[in-house]
Amino acid sequence: MGARAVSETAVEVVDLATTPLREVNQRLHDLAGGAGGPARWRVLNPRGAHAVACGLDAEIEVEIEGHVGYYCAGMNQLASVHVHGSASTGLAENMMSGTVVVEGSVSQSAGASAHGGLLVVHGDAAARCGISMKGVEIVVRGSVGHLSGFMAQSGCLVVCGDAGEALGDSLYEARMYVRGDVAGLGADCVEKELRAEHLAQVSDLLERAGFDDVDPASFRRYGSARSLYNFHVDNAGAY
Amino acid sequence: MQAEWRPGLRESYLFDRNAIAEIQRAAREGIYDIRGFGAKRRLPHFDDLLLLGASISRYPLEGYRERCDTDVVLGGRFASKPIELKIPVTIAGMSFGALSAPAKEALGRGASEVGTATTTGDGGMTPEERQHSQTLVYQLLPSRYGMNPDDLRKADAIEVVVGQGAKPGGGGMLLGHKISDRVAAMRDLPQGIDQRSACRHPDWTGPDDLEIKIGELREITDWEKPIFVKVGATRTFYDVQLAVKAGADVIVVDGMQGGTAATQDVFIEHVGIPTLPAVRLAVDALEELGLHREVQLIVSGGIRSGADVAKALALGADAVSIGTAALIAMGDNSPELEEEYRELGSSAGFYDDWQAGRDPAGISTQDEELFSRLDPVIAGHRLANYLRVLNLETQTLARACGKSHVHNLEPEDLVALTIEAAAMARVPLAGTDWIPGVGGSR
Repeated sequence: MGARAVSETAVEVVDLATTPLREVNQRLHDLAGGAGGPARWRVLNPRGAHAVACGLDAEIEVEIEGHVGYYCAGMNQLASVHVHGSASTGLAENMMSGTVVVEGSVSQSAGASAHGGLLVVHGDAAARCGISMKGVEIVVRGSVGHLSGFMAQSGCLVVCGDAGEALGDSLYEARMYVRGDVAGLGADCVEKELRAEHLAQVSDLLERAGFDDVDPASFRRYGSARSLYNFHVDNAGAY
Repeated sequence: MQAEWRPGLRESYLFDRNAIAEIQRAAREGIYDIRGFGAKRRLPHFDDLLLLGASISRYPLEGYRERCDTDVVLGGRFASKPIELKIPVTIAGMSFGALSAPAKEALGRGASEVGTATTTGDGGMTPEERQHSQTLVYQLLPSRYGMNPDDLRKADAIEVVVGQGAKPGGGGMLLGHKISDRVAAMRDLPQGIDQRSACRHPDWTGPDDLEIKIGELREITDWEKPIFVKVGATRTFYDVQLAVKAGADVIVVDGMQGGTAATQDVFIEHVGIPTLPAVRLAVDALEELGLHREVQLIVSGGIRSGADVAKALALGADAVSIGTAALIAMGDNSPELEEEYRELGSSAGFYDDWQAGRDPAGISTQDEELFSRLDPVIAGHRLANYLRVLNLETQTLARACGKSHVHNLEPEDLVALTIEAAAMARVPLAGTDWIPGVGGSR
């Protein structure tokens, strides 16, 4: 297929029941660098396949009609990926930019080490949501599991429900906002004052996630106490 | 004042000067010793093996006249673009952060000059490293510092790092004085913190996950790039089999003599197994799967000379990797810097404070005054010279054993000097047909 102009209206439909994943991903990758082609895609019958729509690097919209396995939208750049189902481990891992939305719930390590973009989960997220995050913005409508935000470096995690044990363990400069109960804070993670700038940040993220029925003022903010940034033997008990 | 032995003074073998000094240091500072370099204790190694040159039953090849090829192809199992090296020695992963930018550039220059590969490290890929490296392996580490899909696509191969020989089970460490503005920005960290990298990957936890992870990396890079899996040598037989079953093209096994930029001394000296038994276990694992040579094996940890290279290849490795030796070739521990090493409380030949960022050679530092001393062109050329010598020495030994390719060296060409080495490498003790643990009549 030769290069052609991006089509704004036509939707390219690919069926993973009849088309190999490799072929689907290759067609999506071929759009990188402004190569031209359909701007809107529907992927049918993912049936839990791994690595669906990973490595995208084009301003396209991809609607996935069903549940996906590991690493859906992994390392995403520019693209908007919408999963009409649930997602397994490592959703949008190392995402750089773009948007990933999941209508259902997600398994562990959602948004792991992601550098940018917006990740929205309408259901719950399991353990280690936002682990090692490096700039991504994550909004979870439900609750998150234990060790969410583990070693989170920068970016923002908004949880409308509850958070499991050891929230924000060993985190750096990432911001965590939780509306419900927090089962426990991890090492060096403390509750901090919710100032106007934070309220504005939560409002903005809730709006972009489409959760306009949630009161931004009902969140509590958590961040790093920064007491473990430099090793000191007096803190040995915390390590 | 320096203590001095005199008649009648008996030093304890158990509490020797180093043990006493370490107890005193721990009592004074209240924190474990962190240092660079690799294990310094005596360990069974390639020195404990000898090659059997040709004789009446085997004829040698003429030195300098008859061909002895050294090329290596890595990654042909699944990757559509395997990498081709001219020599069986690659440069191991070392980070920008641990090393200065000129040092990383020099590694690329030196490796490229002789047609081999270099490797990124925990901290991402720098533009100068990519520019000066003809073949560059991009590491995917637990921290994912600097990891991005653009660099992934620019790489010639991808190395999933599970562990490192100096500290299997441990994560990276970069102390605050080496976290410069540039290093901090590349790693998305605050400047000046003591950075501890994660020891586990954030998005996979076991061999089944690893297989899916490798599948994702292949999908992102359209199945072009060879995928290496690097393990620190511990349960090597099982690790190699699991990595192969997970879909690796190339296995990298790093023995406990492998270097580090910063790790606790107790970790360096007491965790992992030496390179010698690790090679044997890795080859056993590949042979049992029927994939020896189809999946390539790179061995690292204490490679210093062509003799080490030849013996590793004879045991079944496809290539070796060097780190510490490459830094020494570029100028680390040079006697010309003796005065400055003394000011740092060390001496040329002993300097291992690579974690401290005060390296007078300009290699393990982020201090501009210090790293400006390292000319990447000169350092790169010194590295290339050293790599040429390693290759020539390897060819010399292979020809003496009658081999027209260094990969034709085999265990049958080896004997061991010690019972330990014979048992670990599973080659006979010299002068006998006895391989401890295998049997034999003598």
